[in-house]
Amino acid sequence: MAISREDVEHIAFLARLGLSDGEKQTFQEQLSGILEYMKTLTELDTSEIPPTAQVIPLTNVMRDDVVRPSLTREQVLANAPEREGDFLRVPPVLD
Amino acid sequence: MAELHELTIHQALDALRSGGTSASALTEAYLARIERYDSSVQAYLNVTADRAREDARRADERRAHGEDAPLLGIPIALKDIFCTNGVETTCASRILKGFVPPYDATVVTRLADAGAVLLGKTNMDEFAMGSSTENSAFMPTRNPWDLSRVPGGSSGGSAAAVAASMAAGALGTDTGGSIRQPAALTGVVGVKPTYGRVSRYGVIAFASSLDQVGPFARDVADAALLLGVIAGQDPFDSTSLPEPVPDYVAATKRDLRGVRVGVPDEYFVAGMERGVETAVRQAIDTLTELGAEVGRVSMGHTPYALATYYLIAPAEASANLARYDSVKYGYRAPDVKSTIDAYLRTRAEGFGPEVKRRIMLGTYALSAGYYDAFYVKAQKVRTLIKADFDNAFNDFDVLVAPTSPTVAFPLGAKTQDPLAMYLSDVCTLPVSLAGLPGLSVPCGLSDGLPVGLQIVAPALGEEMMFRVAGAYERARGPLPTPPLA
Repeated sequence: MAISREDVEHIAFLARLGLSDGEKQTFQEQLSGILEYMKTLTELDTSEIPPTAQVIPLTNVMRDDVVRPSLTREQVLANAPEREGDFLRVPPVLD
Repeated sequence: MAELHELTIHQALDALRSGGTSASALTEAYLARIERYDSSVQAYLNVTADRAREDARRADERRAHGEDAPLLGIPIALKDIFCTNGVETTCASRILKGFVPPYDATVVTRLADAGAVLLGKTNMDEFAMGSSTENSAFMPTRNPWDLSRVPGGSSGGSAAAVAASMAAGALGTDTGGSIRQPAALTGVVGVKPTYGRVSRYGVIAFASSLDQVGPFARDVADAALLLGVIAGQDPFDSTSLPEPVPDYVAATKRDLRGVRVGVPDEYFVAGMERGVETAVRQAIDTLTELGAEVGRVSMGHTPYALATYYLIAPAEASANLARYDSVKYGYRAPDVKSTIDAYLRTRAEGFGPEVKRRIMLGTYALSAGYYDAFYVKAQKVRTLIKADFDNAFNDFDVLVAPTSPTVAFPLGAKTQDPLAMYLSDVCTLPVSLAGLPGLSVPCGLSDGLPVGLQIVAPALGEEMMFRVAGAYERARGPLPTPPLA
């Protein structure tokens, strides 16, 4: 199934993924081919089949809400791309 | 006596316990192997030599005080997907270059508590997405059996390290075949446990309904020992299963009389190499000679597993990888003007081509208008694939099949054709979708390259899987080692 360049740009923006012109061209071709292959699934009638999201029998695993040791502020901030004092520094959110 | 690096883990433990060697001597032997061979194999992203020597010294000290532990003094390698406190963890991605986790993954803690020595972090396909380890942002890993060929992937560094005796054992992760397929292509044992058997806490996420941690080892008993150490419920992973961990090593010693072994027709796919089929069929004959009751079974939805997997896994990945937003950790593109600019450019520069392809595919499958047609459809087919296994296990205790349709392929052979690369995992993907345990054990060579036999058991049926693998391995006898010079 063919997907358009506009589709590629729309999806890339949804994923917050910058793409070069070359990547847009490559992904348009490759994703069209891959999605065409995915259409083999339409051969199966699944109208009465429930979806499987996960395969284990556990649901809603609960624990007591108790205070436990956690990372220090320094540990949390140590990997920050940019920090200012005890804060994470980020680019402007609003213009 | 064999050289130190040639010992299996259980042989090395015997030597350590009898005073025949020390953890420090064992560790130096592996560091020397790495020094000699890793410039050509390129299994390690980071060799933690100082840490290894310190771990070994402490292990020897503990033993001198009369202590023992399941892996006390055994040098182990870790795929660079496991968070290691104070040791850089990159997932072979530029976006995590320089990331130093402030905590250990649960499996890392369990190995340390068991006395293991950390040799280093191994190469992988970026974010575990790939089947050849060529998608690493930093370098490809080469197959110790033939340096012009890939080791498989995504855990190719861990597999190659064990195959080349540059580690006694290693851990990897398997989402669609990333332990079993590289184990097959490098001639070692690789285990993907039941989904939920091993904690995923501290394991960098790819596809959360599929990811599992498991061991690589040079024989079945070693793999069983390693799994026994890392398995079990973890309060930090609510998807870890509460069932007690049985004695997997004991299971490897049992015989096969009366075990019902199913051979699914659909796993002998078109495109399978003749040499692979021959080796696998011979291994199945061996199981019959050992007293197993071998029969054929049909699992009709198997051909749909590839499409199902490559919708579900990328969809989950696109959500998991949304966290790389350049705020709390990881790479941030220089001179960004706004938040949106930071997201777009950081992710453009930080992710490699396969990761971008899967984010695109997954985002597409989850997007408005396509969610039901692709994502939910795949989840429904997942139900059918799992039902095939449930039906097969009404008649059989285990299923056996090839692990990979081919032996190790040349570097570059599939990098331009994503679908061809995806087909490398055609025999392992259905097992992952069903959440079942699978093990690859070497079953011979084809044109001088290793072939793997895959053994699949019902959920939490690891003991039966190890029983069949152990009995087969004893009957098979020793295999040659890679011709590294």
